[in-house]
Amino acid sequence: MRIELDINGAKREVEVEPRTTLLDCLRDNLALTGAHAGCEHGVCGACTVLFDGVAVRSCLMFAVQAQGSKIVTIEGVTPGPGELSPVQDAFCETHGMQCGYCTPAMILTAHALLADNPDPTREEIVEAISGNICRCTGYAQIVEAIALAAERLRGTNRPSEL
Amino acid sequence: MSAPGNHRFVSTDRRVREDRRFVVGKGRFVADIGLPNTKHVALVTCPYPAARIVSIDTSAALAMPGVLYVLDGEELAGATLPLMTGLDTPNVPRRPLAFEVARYAGEWVAAVVADTRALAEDAAEKVKVQYQKLAFVLDAEQALAPGGVLVHEAHGSNVLLDKTFTWGEVDKDFAASPRKLKLRVKWGRSSTVPIETFGVVASWDPWRDILDVYASIQMPKYPEQIAMGLKLPASSVRVHYDVDVGGSYGVKRGIKHSVLVGYLTRRLGFPVRLIEDRLENMRGGDAHGPERLFDVEVAYDDQGIVKSMKMRALENVGAYAGRSPFQLGKPIGAIVGPYKIESVQYRAIAVVTNKTTQDAVRGFGQAPTNVAIERMMDEVANALGLDPIEVRRRNMIRHEEFPYLIPSGTTYDSGDYHAVIDKVLAHTSYEELKAERDRLQAEGKLAGIGIAACLEPSGGNASFEPLLNPKNPTTTWMDSCRISVDLSGAITATMHTTSAGQGHETLLATVIAEVLERDPDGIRVVRADSLNSLPSNSPVGSRMAIMLGGAAFHAANKLKDKLTTIAAHDLGIPLERATYRDGDVFDNDTPERRRSWADLVAIAHRNFHRMPPGLEPGLAVSHVYQVPTGGKLPTADGRVQMYPCFSFEFHMILVAIDPALGRPEIVKYRIGHDCGVVINPKIVRGMTMGGIAHGIGAALLEEFAYDGEGQLMAQSFMDYLLPSSHEVPAVEIIHHCTPSPNTVLGQKGSGESGYLGAPAAIANAINDAIRPLGVSVNTLPIRISALGDMIAAAQDSKGQR
Repeated sequence: MRIELDINGAKREVEVEPRTTLLDCLRDNLALTGAHAGCEHGVCGACTVLFDGVAVRSCLMFAVQAQGSKIVTIEGVTPGPGELSPVQDAFCETHGMQCGYCTPAMILTAHALLADNPDPTREEIVEAISGNICRCTGYAQIVEAIALAAERLRGTNRPSEL
Repeated sequence: MSAPGNHRFVSTDRRVREDRRFVVGKGRFVADIGLPNTKHVALVTCPYPAARIVSIDTSAALAMPGVLYVLDGEELAGATLPLMTGLDTPNVPRRPLAFEVARYAGEWVAAVVADTRALAEDAAEKVKVQYQKLAFVLDAEQALAPGGVLVHEAHGSNVLLDKTFTWGEVDKDFAASPRKLKLRVKWGRSSTVPIETFGVVASWDPWRDILDVYASIQMPKYPEQIAMGLKLPASSVRVHYDVDVGGSYGVKRGIKHSVLVGYLTRRLGFPVRLIEDRLENMRGGDAHGPERLFDVEVAYDDQGIVKSMKMRALENVGAYAGRSPFQLGKPIGAIVGPYKIESVQYRAIAVVTNKTTQDAVRGFGQAPTNVAIERMMDEVANALGLDPIEVRRRNMIRHEEFPYLIPSGTTYDSGDYHAVIDKVLAHTSYEELKAERDRLQAEGKLAGIGIAACLEPSGGNASFEPLLNPKNPTTTWMDSCRISVDLSGAITATMHTTSAGQGHETLLATVIAEVLERDPDGIRVVRADSLNSLPSNSPVGSRMAIMLGGAAFHAANKLKDKLTTIAAHDLGIPLERATYRDGDVFDNDTPERRRSWADLVAIAHRNFHRMPPGLEPGLAVSHVYQVPTGGKLPTADGRVQMYPCFSFEFHMILVAIDPALGRPEIVKYRIGHDCGVVINPKIVRGMTMGGIAHGIGAALLEEFAYDGEGQLMAQSFMDYLLPSSHEVPAVEIIHHCTPSPNTVLGQKGSGESGYLGAPAAIANAINDAIRPLGVSVNTLPIRISALGDMIAAAQDSKGQR
């Protein structure tokens, strides 16, 4: 079936089966391969995208269900070729990753958190990322990245430019 | 983190270059490889732990539109060779698809190829397999006992390996010892379980006779093993090493997947890909880790000095060999841990059962062994009423005793264990920690302090292979680096394997920049494919800082020597009068007489008439690096230098347990860590933190549990629990640096750090907490349910509830 999705601020028409997950649609139909399949049953969070601003698992919903909502993927928060968002840059500064597989999802979760809460406590950061499993880092440098990003964003006084 | 010597880039807190592509979602993982006309594989799996395959009816599956092929084990076995195991067990063949008999629930029986993965999965359900159920065995002790069920009838027993080593006067030491103690420790079946499953894409080009392979792989001699399975020359297999691997920690060794898709693409003429789903990964992906039973017995004296140790390690490897039996071998290189135990008897037994096949897991058997040693140390302290740190101090090798030869033939390179402990205790007062424990106990909680001290053998050699299988005389495990400087003067370094998050590109750039005194950010790092690469044995055995770093160091020095030689010749001065600095070379006697980097590049690339006689034009060097201290076969009495370097870690933690729930909470976590000279502090810290998180999982949460019918109970992340951010506490790392004399910069390995001691520290803390109840627990993982039940039963028997 043919559906129209609002992805990263652009309207995209795709032909999918009703059973196609949003994750498979993003990866296979739209070549947005920053969203990753980890467990495909909603636990690991590697497939996280922003759905009307909320961090959700794209493996747990069908592409057709995304019609009428605004979807943002990691490709949508990257400012431009060779440029990083403050959150992305903070992850580089603290090395908040190793293999990079859970990283795009972790960054989108951080974006969602900071949009709601510009000054999160450590506990609030830990809570926010607790649905995203990272097997490499033990989370410490991820938590530090998000705290650093929050601090820098508050300093810029331009929270809209997450 | 400070380091000896004046390093400009090494040990400085620089960013990790790989990170930029990952934060924008531009990693290039295997599922991102899009070759035109690629077809997809799904698998038909055996539902029983043991069954004879009577017939396979593929007609309904093949009748579905979009379904292209169904491959069974008979066809595949006829066309390929069994996979390499490294053991001398010819009657235990391991194949990608079960042939005649399936030996564990979830074993792959047939592979369906279709236009899409979804179609292939639909069709897999339509493949009708008729099975005849067979008797099965799940327990290692039962498998070992004579007269029981045989997993591989032709082998005649379930034993793949049973070797007893005796190093030193064990019987005499035991007879002379006033005190002895026995302990049984069980390490439950868990693994590394990366968030990216294993995947492989293969494409056969019949006009060039080349099989292109893109895989999420971390495996030594991978192209050669594919070639062997497919009966091709290895020069017909081109593995692309520029695929990012989404986590591995040892386990990404999908050789059976790779031979399977390699065969399919050759058979069918189009690219074929197999990306495991999570269930395939956990069940038939052959990616489980050790399941090991230890019986430890020690002889010690009234001061707590452990004189001798007997250890029996029984490994349940699952249905086929994989790499698992060798994981009994590597711990031989650190079998006494950081202690001066004078004699050791070690019996290593590997048996097959009807469970999923194992592969290599972070530490290669060292983490389970460390639990056994460190639980034993605590029990010695407990038996004598001594403090567990004090007992360890008394037994530890002292700084001035290095290099130190242990009974099993390995010489430890360097260490200062007492200094590391002192530093940790200076950071966090032991007395205050004990007071906090007592406070928690006063509040009605159970609370305990956990200590663990252990080594990280690093530098990844394969000496355990000849030790466990004399027909396998492997004595090198080299790695390589190639560096070239192009006509523009830019430096490009080449590595020859994949990475799974270890930051090897950063490592190479840092080391080369250090030697050549150039900006690391200006050094390009690329990955060869296997047809234009130098030898590598992949990032196993905590080895790349040592081995890739060593290869890069030597290659860079060759380049530096060449530049200096060219300059001296062009300046008309003797070589010893020429000094290299920041890429330029000057005359010591007249420093203003110099040749710049650009001059030297131009001479090498364009002006052969100005080159010294006998030197090759251009600027291209390479170095193939042998493992330091490696190269020798084991002695007749089973002694061998295992690994070149030994990092040290000392864990000190406080755990509180809610007695009503049995839920342990790690209140404080301190680790003293010494891995010699650190190349990149961000990377090493991350590895240690991640290792501790992984260790928490192995100690408390993760298990591939089976029911009595041979069915794997943990088939999703809802049953197999990976630590989330809630389960991993804040950890403070206290650094120390004892350089290794065996490496180019004094570096040691760190890729397994944290994981090697965390499970032992947690087990010791929990035992400290429940000791007042008169109970102990020595079976990992220590699940909340089991702990809660044990506490309740103990309280009932004491009338405390």
